[in-house]
Amino acid sequence: MSQYLLRRLLIAVPSLLGISIILFTILALAPGDPFGELATNPAVPPEVRAALREKFGLNDPVYVRYLRWLMAMSQGDWGFSFVSRVDVDVLILQRLPTTLIVIGASQVLALLIALPVGTYAATRPYSLFDQVANTLAFVGFSLPTFFTGIVFILIFSVTLDWLPFVYRSEIDATGFAFVWGHIKQAIMPVAVLGLFQGASWTRFVRSAVLDVVRLDYVTTARAKGLAERVVIMKHIVRNALIPVVTLVALQMPIVFGGAIVTEQIFRIPGIGSLLISSILANDTPVIMAVTFVFACLVILFNLIADILYGWLDPRISYR
Amino acid sequence: MDARTAEPLLEISGLKTYFKTDDGTVRAVDGVDLAIGRGEVLGVVGESGCGKSVTAHTVLKLIQMPPGKINDGRILWQGRDLVPLDLEEMRKIRSKEIAIIFQEPMTSLNPVYTVGEQIAEVVREHEHASRREALDRAVEMLRLVQIPTPERRVHDYPHQFSGGMRQRVMIAMALSCNPKLLIADEPTTALDVTIQAQILDLLGEMKERFGMAIMLITHDMGVVAETAQRVVVMYAGRVVEEASVEELFDRPLHPYTQGLIRSIPRVDRAADQRARLEAISGTVPSLLDPPPGCRFAARCKFATAACTQAAPDLREVEPGHKVACILY
Repeated sequence: MSQYLLRRLLIAVPSLLGISIILFTILALAPGDPFGELATNPAVPPEVRAALREKFGLNDPVYVRYLRWLMAMSQGDWGFSFVSRVDVDVLILQRLPTTLIVIGASQVLALLIALPVGTYAATRPYSLFDQVANTLAFVGFSLPTFFTGIVFILIFSVTLDWLPFVYRSEIDATGFAFVWGHIKQAIMPVAVLGLFQGASWTRFVRSAVLDVVRLDYVTTARAKGLAERVVIMKHIVRNALIPVVTLVALQMPIVFGGAIVTEQIFRIPGIGSLLISSILANDTPVIMAVTFVFACLVILFNLIADILYGWLDPRISYR
Repeated sequence: MDARTAEPLLEISGLKTYFKTDDGTVRAVDGVDLAIGRGEVLGVVGESGCGKSVTAHTVLKLIQMPPGKINDGRILWQGRDLVPLDLEEMRKIRSKEIAIIFQEPMTSLNPVYTVGEQIAEVVREHEHASRREALDRAVEMLRLVQIPTPERRVHDYPHQFSGGMRQRVMIAMALSCNPKLLIADEPTTALDVTIQAQILDLLGEMKERFGMAIMLITHDMGVVAETAQRVVVMYAGRVVEEASVEELFDRPLHPYTQGLIRSIPRVDRAADQRARLEAISGTVPSLLDPPPGCRFAARCKFATAACTQAAPDLREVEPGHKVACILY
């Protein structure tokens, strides 16, 4: 097991190197210049601009810049933002927890919806519950988050005035009010992301459970005289979870992508909005670092999926 | 041994199990009568789709309901009718009193649990044994079904066993609570011929040891001849003949049974004496809208106009030999 983990982590190194090369090249070839703004600023003389470009090595060929970035990166130096003049790692660490909390909570919500609803629907196929759940799931994953997000804001913030629609990282309160303030502003983004994911996973859980329900070993389990609850939880859901786990883990990149949009709508100061603002400002060190963090997270979730997969299915061995 | 003198262990009468489909009602089991005595081995034969498996699954109510439904009939288990029982009451009978093993050992075991856990689960359910005791019983059962080094194999997963070994595990699981009846639903069909013989031998040994009755469902007349004491022949959802094994092979009465026996390959005769294997011409009638009268009539050489009028009843024409045919 530990050998398997070590090997998987070693395999991740070339993948990450490859990803970073591609990212860096695309960013270098893309139009736009981090000092473009300075060019239009009459207060900055051209020779200062040239000196700055020279200082940051922007005139070197792409591969030299990449190698310099890689050397610095491997020593823990992520560079610093051209725009906010703050170290990139500090910037990311400020933003990452918010994103992880919002995404994490929404995924938990999605699973809390998908697992029971999908299972219950599949054990009573074509019942009223199944048909209602199916219809709602269909509606749920057909509506994009940027649409439901705005609808939620209109209803719960503008009309009803129950929830704030601007996310604040600083809340002027202490104790319970502080915690409640954080929860309150997280409700809408978490619900929008969670319901969307939950809807598509419900359909997936339902079909995974339906696949297992008809298998011979389920009949064996019933023939043993086990209670229906035990048959469902132990012999059906456990087996149906195997493909669901793969799906959940493999959808993580899409989830992060969706979170970027949601963060924009709700003004969440997370890593997604950091990425958007840095792209708009041509702030290459930040873009590079954030996309790289995303790549790491995706690889991490794939690894977690493989480990869970092996834990759920003994036919898969870590060799 | 004679099921007719003592009260039978299981007595099925007039059983009708229908399935609702989009095309109409499939009469999979349409008026089946059969009985099994204590410690008896009853063979149930017939070709695919004749309703023998559905009959067996109906006894334990393992058919999907809906679309399946027991429309009529009684299933008397030691004098008590199982048809009206709810799921909670059926659970106490499943595996504890009537156990079942299936055709496909490769898919009958749950791939994600060890075989020990799957056997122990039955013991825990019915005897409220502790985890330790149940696992010890699993080891003991695996030893009885002749799995080598059972104390090690008990922690293995199904995919680490071959087909024949998995069927042994299924037998161990089925017998772990010492049931009075074992329903073996085509237990050897999916196995190699050599393994088939081993499994049949094992079933015989287990019967010696535990003394349970066996309802052996098969389409293989050879398996019946070797294992059963009494035989029920089914055709298109009904019983057409019932007799002791010797009687049935010596003097088959129903034209369908005669056809079945003639279609067994004989290698014990010299090649020049061997007749060409005789097949029963025609196909099984649809159970969606079965013809009135005898269901075998369309394929029967002896059929007369009367055969298509009314279905013949299963009548005892000689002591212990019943047949449903107007010829007798």
